[in-house]
Order: sequence, then structure tokens, then C-alpha cells
Amino acid sequence: MNMIQTQPHAYKPADYKSAVKPVWCPGCGDHSVLVSFQRAMAELALPPEQVAVVSGIGCSSRLPAYTNCYGFHGVHGRSLALATGLKVARPDITVIVASGDGDGFSIGGNHFLHACRRNVDLTYIVMDNRIYGMTKGQPSPTTEPDWDTAISPGGTGVSPFNPLVIALASGANFIARGFTGDVGSCARLIVEAVRTPGFSFVQLLSPCVTFRDDQQKEWKKVTHEAMVPETDDPGRAARRLMSDDGFNLGILFRGHRAPYQPKPLADLDVARLEAEFAL
Amino acid sequence: MKSLDKPGSAPTFDSVAEFFAQALAIEIEAWERYGELADQMETHNNHVIADIFRKMAHIEGMHRDEIKRRAGDALVGGRPASFSWLAPEGPEAIDLGDVHYKMTPRQALMLARHNEERATRYFEAIAEAATDPEIKAFAQIMAEDERHHVVLVDQWLDKFDPDDPDWAEDLDPPVISE
Amino acid sequence: MSASQAAEGLSIVLTGSGGAGVMTAGQTLLEAATSCGLYGLMTRSTGPQIRGGEAAAMLRLSTKPVQCPDDKFDILLALDFENVQRFAAELPLDSRSVIVADPSAGEMPAFLKASGAQVGYVEMKKLAKTVAGGRISMVALGALAHVVGLPESAIVEAVAASLGRKKPEAVKASEDAVRLGAVNAPALAVPKLRISTARPAGRWSFTGNEATGFGVLKGGVKFVAGYPITPATEILEWLAHTIPQCGGELLQAEDELASINMIIGASFGGKPAMTATAGPGLSLMTEALGLAVASETPVVVVDVMRSGPSTGIATKSEQSDLNIAVYGLHGDAPHVVVAPLSISDCLFTAQWSVHLAESLQTPVVMLSDQSLGQARVVVDRPQDVTFDTKRLTPVDPIEVYERYALTESGVSPMSLPGMAGGQYTADGLTHNARGTPSSQAQDHVAQMDKRRRKIDRFDFGEHWAEIEGDGDLAIVTWGSSTAPVREAVARAREEGISVRIIALRLISPPQPKLFEAALKGVRRALVIEQSHSGQLWRYLRAHYDMAAEIVSIPQPGPLPIRPGEALAYIRKGAQA
Ligand SMILES: Cc1ncc(C[n+]2csc(CCOP(=O)(O)OP(=O)(O)O)c2C)c(N)n1
Ligand code: SF4
Ligand SMILES: [Mg+2]
Repeated sequence: MNMIQTQPHAYKPADYKSAVKPVWCPGCGDHSVLVSFQRAMAELALPPEQVAVVSGIGCSSRLPAYTNCYGFHGVHGRSLALATGLKVARPDITVIVASGDGDGFSIGGNHFLHACRRNVDLTYIVMDNRIYGMTKGQPSPTTEPDWDTAISPGGTGVSPFNPLVIALASGANFIARGFTGDVGSCARLIVEAVRTPGFSFVQLLSPCVTFRDDQQKEWKKVTHEAMVPETDDPGRAARRLMSDDGFNLGILFRGHRAPYQPKPLADLDVARLEAEFAL
Repeated sequence: MKSLDKPGSAPTFDSVAEFFAQALAIEIEAWERYGELADQMETHNNHVIADIFRKMAHIEGMHRDEIKRRAGDALVGGRPASFSWLAPEGPEAIDLGDVHYKMTPRQALMLARHNEERATRYFEAIAEAATDPEIKAFAQIMAEDERHHVVLVDQWLDKFDPDDPDWAEDLDPPVISE
Repeated sequence: MSASQAAEGLSIVLTGSGGAGVMTAGQTLLEAATSCGLYGLMTRSTGPQIRGGEAAAMLRLSTKPVQCPDDKFDILLALDFENVQRFAAELPLDSRSVIVADPSAGEMPAFLKASGAQVGYVEMKKLAKTVAGGRISMVALGALAHVVGLPESAIVEAVAASLGRKKPEAVKASEDAVRLGAVNAPALAVPKLRISTARPAGRWSFTGNEATGFGVLKGGVKFVAGYPITPATEILEWLAHTIPQCGGELLQAEDELASINMIIGASFGGKPAMTATAGPGLSLMTEALGLAVASETPVVVVDVMRSGPSTGIATKSEQSDLNIAVYGLHGDAPHVVVAPLSISDCLFTAQWSVHLAESLQTPVVMLSDQSLGQARVVVDRPQDVTFDTKRLTPVDPIEVYERYALTESGVSPMSLPGMAGGQYTADGLTHNARGTPSSQAQDHVAQMDKRRRKIDRFDFGEHWAEIEGDGDLAIVTWGSSTAPVREAVARAREEGISVRIIALRLISPPQPKLFEAALKGVRRALVIEQSHSGQLWRYLRAHYDMAAEIVSIPQPGPLPIRPGEALAYIRKGAQA
């Protein structure tokens, strides 16, 4: 196992857990994401009050209240925008965004592009179950075209998109994929994502046991560690992401883009500005 | 500590402190995991399974305290520098993906049994590979403890009838929330 | 016009096309007039072309402060007649008006002829050609200065100030062109402006949008996110270069959904935050405004209203977003809606908006509009106001923390990221006092009561409305309609009609007791507003018990409500 630079053991995973009990179905991958998150935070030894977890709406977006950090459970699809405002206003806070494939890629798709492009120092964890769990199993932008649902009988017939390719093309600085069946690896990806400056995108394949009962077992079989080490070359990363099977796990790209963080020029007295108007 | 629960690679430790830290982390994880699963089952109104997991949590909790006692001074000063929260899941923690809200007592106990067996094998492997006689001795004790847990679970399993084939049937549809 | 009126002030419009420079000329004229002690107002109107279109710079110069256009123009100076009929409805002229035109401009459009205005000609084009680098607009300004009695030197200085010292040749050319215009100015019976030789101290020049920007900064805003939209963009542009000097940041968002969520995020982080938009953007923001209400996150949203619905007339004013601002949110979502009562008042109301948002931990929508935002005024330096603005935060150390604690005032201490022990998850889901999601009836009601209570119990003080005058006839108005109504009321008084004016700065929450007191003794109230459906009137009917007879006078955009029109309503209303 890969040993990552360790910190003084100031915190335990349990320090990042709140008293609120998850509503998630037992067996749902999101439980594992929560555990991975707690482990990652303990590893990073971040005081819980220095961390904010921002989300939208969906089963996955319920995550913030289950942590003992500051949290914002906002509206559907807008978590990245809210997190961007928070991070730009409070660069001292570690901001993690929790989302789902519907929340992040469908209704929030535009914000995804611009968050990658803007490269604010955020960690974006998308719990991808290729379905809308919260609204009872409608197809999302990552659902297979032949997946039969009530709203798309016989399947949508529409190809899913590859969010990792889009993240790369849009300028994300860190791109990784994990599977919730392996909590330790997911935690490691989160740690690396947080440590890498700029916008870090972590797709966590997180089975929905209620509306996608095919996923849990299948993904255990088909997911595999990436064969090649991470790259910082966007060209190589592009070829790799375009041709991968969607189950390649690990850090797939890590670039060197400087994060976007506008800095106030000065903190002068506002009253001075009357010079703008005085004749 | 070099490796954990990877087939064919017995973990080795540089010090007794490191060994105890790992053993303790495994027990804490198992204790927390059973507690969490008990909570999940409670939330989903499967109280029979919640009780089983709660009891398992209790057993793991006792085991955790037992290790603390055995370790004594070896654990003073916190965990060794090489400790990481990013390790793979410990051999005793139930996979969060393996549970079901309508699971039966037999299923729950079979999962527990599976993990106790994994833990037994894990400590056996450590004992075998260890060169430090102290670590070897303690690992053998730990393996013995886990073996005893398997026996306990087996006795417990005997109390339950075989599963109803329709155990997963739910007459109510899932609810829409947000 | 009578000579005595003319001395008080003049309304002048400059029209032209193809980049002839009427906007710059208008700006120069305003600057020249203010250097001679006058107050002023400048608004603009343009064709749809991006470049080279026809344009009108509309000025009102006066010895007294002015906040809205007058009834008609005294002078129209046309550099050409290209498409000027587009502005016909915006350019009221009558037989006492004068038109200064270029004889080479061709046939005068019918609406101008029909006005009966006196016409004088200057060969602006031809004269401009005789000066190297001479501009037709400078010749025009020279002629205009002569007609209205502004010294040529004031124009030349204003030009020099705008061109800067770096271009002495250009200044010289302008000077020559201005002089030529003045020498060749037509003789027209226009009373001269009453001017002073020195510029009075303590005058400011700003647009409503700039004043809004300054107001929010004075209120303490440290974070702005926005998406460009007419007629609100200038607020963002002004803040973009000023807020970084005051310890804050501005972010251009990818859309309004992002901008509102960004400011909610920043405010959650403890930074007072605002955005500026117009109707289409406000529509996109309504879902997140509800989130700000439910999560009790203070934000200020300035809606610079334009004619709607949909894209409507983006460059023209209307007070037709009152409904969406008050009622646009789903669920029961008490929040605050305010409106500046004049161009200058954008400064105060914006500052007050931040104070209200921060004090009440709720979104505040400020309804400015195009006629306020994009108009420039020269006024006396506004008085400084200070509010004791402080967001309530928990005392350190935080022991047991309940973010949405049911307090007496309804306002609960709000912890900020970084405060140990104050961790909570802000939520749009119905929650309990701790912030934990809940679908329990008692939590829902308790939290709704609390959010209602904090707004209902808040003392908005005297700022809720501006009330003047007495008598049994009242005018109830709001926002940008206030300035023309005020002028009308002053004129009515001169005619011996006493009128009370109640101009609402605070639209929501309603203030029934204060309103009742303000209406005491009123027999008839006229509700004057710039909307088609009478949005204010309907709002008043919904929220206030009014003993008086209420007459709705809705006047949709895009044309401004003129003081004379309001006066006509008053005269009629004063009859039994
Ligand atoms: C504006 C809006 N539209 C629709 C919804 C309903 N809605 C709630 S969650 C959701 C989809 C969630 O899917 P995903 O993000 O994949 O989350 P999951 O539940 O699968 O974790 C939808 C459509 C909503 N809450 N708000
Ligand atoms: S419905 Fe699916 S995504 Fe939602 S909690 Fe259940 S398993 Fe998880
Ligand atoms: Mg999903």
C-alpha cells in the first residue's frame, strides 16, 4: 500500500462524524464515501471547524450534515457556485464539495465546466451511481443508454458522457476515480485531491443498491487500479481518459495550474472612494 | 507496517508499539463499523439486526479495551509515525456495501463470521512472519481471540432458522424525498 | 417658456448618429454647466445598433437639484436627423421649444415640425471642416453654449479636462471649433441660464448605479459576484475596480444561478455579499433566494429593473419587478424588499440594504431601475450615514450551539467557518433549531414563525418611507416614481392644492401601523407607479386596510412619468 506523508495524529476519523444519522439505504456506496471522507480528514489532520462541506440536492448531497465540519446543503446543482463564493471569500477554509451525477453533471453541468476552468482550490467529490437516487431512479448523464426506467422505458438511447474527459478539457487540475468498495483508496484520493492546489475532481463510483442493484457486485469485479502512474501531461491524460473503460481507478491526471484566488489589493477606508464622485 | 490484508503478503512491524497500534486501529474500526451498521439498521427499522450489530460492537469494544490493556506502556506516546488513516479497510470491518436494510440475522452473522475469519488469518500470518518474539507472541494471542469469536458467532448462528427465500421482499415502494 | 422659469433651468437634448459624439458632447455640457454652479441630470437613449446608431443625450440643467427629467425639452440640438423619429415619444417639445439644426441635415422629421418649435440653423458640419481636427459636436456645443448663456471657456475647459493634457492639438482644435460654433450661433429667444463664475464646493457627480456600488461598500460588502446584464452591469463594473481597494473581491459568475449561490457561499463564510442584476437574472435567482431565506444567510440582490416581461426593453425603465421581488419565492419566504427613492438615494438605500441583510440574516432585494441606475446627476455631497451594522455571532467559547435557536427577536447567532464548536450545516430543508433536517410539523412552524418574527419585529425606523405635506389628498408612490411626483406636489402647492406624499422605500415587510398613521385624514389616495398592472396598488390592497378612496394610476414604461403628468393626476384628484 502506498504510504502518504503522514501528519501528527491529532484527529481520529470519528472526530469528523456528526450525531445526525444518515438516511442512506444500508449498502449504499455513499456510506463508504462518508467513512473515506472522515479518514481523509483525519489523515490531513484538519480541525473540523476549518473545513466546510458544500452540497446540492440528492442522496449523495446529504453528506455535509453527517460530518462534524461546517456544511451547506444548498439547492440542486449549485454546490460548486456556492463553494466558489465561500472559498474565494475565505481562502483559509478547506472547502470540499459533495455532489451526485444528476446534481453535478445534469442540472449543475454548467457550473462544473466553469469550476474546472476557474480552478479555484476546491475538492469536488461526485458520488456517481449513474442514476437519480433521490427521485427514484431516473437516468442521469452517466446512465447507460439501455438502462430501463419508468421515465425512459427501454432506456434513453442517449450515450452517457464521460465527466473526467470534460473535466480535463475544461481545465481541472486534478482528476481521479475511485470505487467506494475500497474505502482506503477513496480516502487516499480525497487526501491527494485536497493537497493538490486548484480544482480537484474525484469521481467516486458509488453504487445505488436500491435503483441500480446491478452495480454493487458488478463494480467490484470490473474496477481495477490504473495500470499507468498519474500523468501531468494533459495530452496523455486525454488519450488515456478517452480510451479507458470507466473503471480505471486512481489519480489519472495531476497538473500544475495555479489556482484562482483573487486577492484584495488593499484594505483602504471605503470613504476614500468619494474621490470617484467629487467634482 | 508494510502491508495489510493483501493476499500473500504478511504484514511485518518494526516495533511492538507499531503492532499494537495496528491491532488497536483494526478493533476500533470494527467497533465503529458495527456501531454504524447498527445505527443504519435502526434508522431502517430492522431492530433485530440492529441488536446483533450492537452486540458485535460491544464484543469488539471489549476486545479493543483488552488490547489497550495488553499493550500497556507500548502504546504510550500515541501511534507510531508510520500510521496512516488511509490504510485499506481492516480485516475485521464489515464491508459497508454488503448489508441490506431487510437482511436476516443469519446473513448478518455470516458477514460477522467472515470477518472474524479474515481477522484470524490476518493475525496468524503476522505471527508466522514476525521475527520479534514479542510480536509473534502477541499476534498468536490475537489470532486465538479471533478464532474464539468465530466459535461464538457459530453458536449464535445455530439459534436462527434458515432464511425465508423472500427475505428481501418489500411491499412498499421507495419514497421520494427531495 | 417664461423668462423666469428659464433662469431656473433648461432641458436640452442632443441628438445625432454614426458616432458623431452626442454622448460625449452631453457629458461635456453637463461638466461645463456644473463648473458654472448648476446642478444637472443626464440620461441617454440609443438605437439598437451596437456602433454608429442614433443617440440622444438628454440633459436637465438647473439652479436647484434635480432628480428626474422635466416635462419637455427647451432645446433640441440635432447634429443630424437620422432616425431621430425613433425617439419622438421620448422628446416632448412644444411651440416654446427651440430646435438647433444643421441646414445640410435635410428635411426635418414631421414630429419636430409638428411641435411648432422655433428653428435656428448652424452649419455645424461645414464649420467643423474648416478647423483641422475640428469636430461637429464641438461646433454644436459652441453654438449651444452661446444660446443658453454658458461661457465658451467652460466648454473648452470641460473638453480639455476630458481629453487630458497629453493632447494639446486636440484641445486647440476643440477650442477653435467651439468658438466657431459660438460665433455662428443662431439668434433664438431662449432665456439664459443663471450661472455663477465659480464651481461651488462639495458637489458630486454619479449615476444611480455608481451610487449603489458605493452604498453597498459603505454598508460593508466584501464580496460581489455577478453576471453582466443591462442596465445593472455598471454596478458590477464600478465595484470591480473599487472593491479590491477595500479588502474585497468581485467575481464574474457563469450565470445568475452561480452569482446568487456564490454570494450565499461568501456570506456563509462571514463576508457581507451582494450581486446586481435585472429582471431576467432575478428570475433565475429566485430558487436560491429561497435558500438564503431558509438558511438565514444574509445577501443583497440589487435588481435594476427594466421593461419586461422576458427580455422586454433592456435599456428602458419600468417598475414591474415588484411582484417577483415580493412574491417570486416559492413557499412562505419572508424577506426584505426596498427601493431607492431617487438617483441619489441609491447610495443610502444600498447601504441600508446591507445593514438590513446583515442584521436580519435574510436576503434583501433592492429594486432600483434603469431610470435611476443609468442616469447621472450632479448633486450636493450626500450626507454620511452610519448604521451599527453587525451580524450576530455566538460568543466565544461556543458551548452548545444551535444555529437556528428560537430566540425572542427571531435572529439567532450565526457561527462562521473557523469558529470552533460552531459547526453546523446550513440547510434549505426544513430543519430544527440545531439545523438538522426535519419534516416535523412543529419544527416547520417554529422555524417559519421565527423567520417571520425577526422581520416583523425589526424596527425599520423612519427610513421605511418619506412622507411630506398634508391635506386630504395623498399620493402613494415608490422608487423612481417618487422624484416626478415630488416635483408635481411642489407645483400643486404653488397652485394652492395641498397634497401629501407617501413614498415607500420599504416595500416588504409591510408596515400597516405606520402606513395607517401616514394616511390619517386622507380622503383620497392616488397610487402612482410605473407598471402596467398596478403592482404597487395591488400590493397595498393586499396588505393594508385603507379607509381612504384608493385610485390606481399605473403607467407602464418605457416612457418616464413626467412631473406634469403627475400634476394632472393631482389636479383631477383634488376635485371632489
Ligand atoms: C430544481 C430542482 N429540480 C429537481 C429536483 C428534484 N431532485 C432532487 S435530487 C434529484 C437528482 C439527484 O440525482 P443525483 O445528483 O445523481 O443524486 P443521487 O440521489 O443519485 O445521489 C432531483 C432531480 C430538485 N430538488 N430541485
Ligand atoms: S436510493 Fe440509492 S443512492 Fe439513494 S441512498 Fe439508497 S442506495 Fe443510495
Ligand atoms: Mg446519482
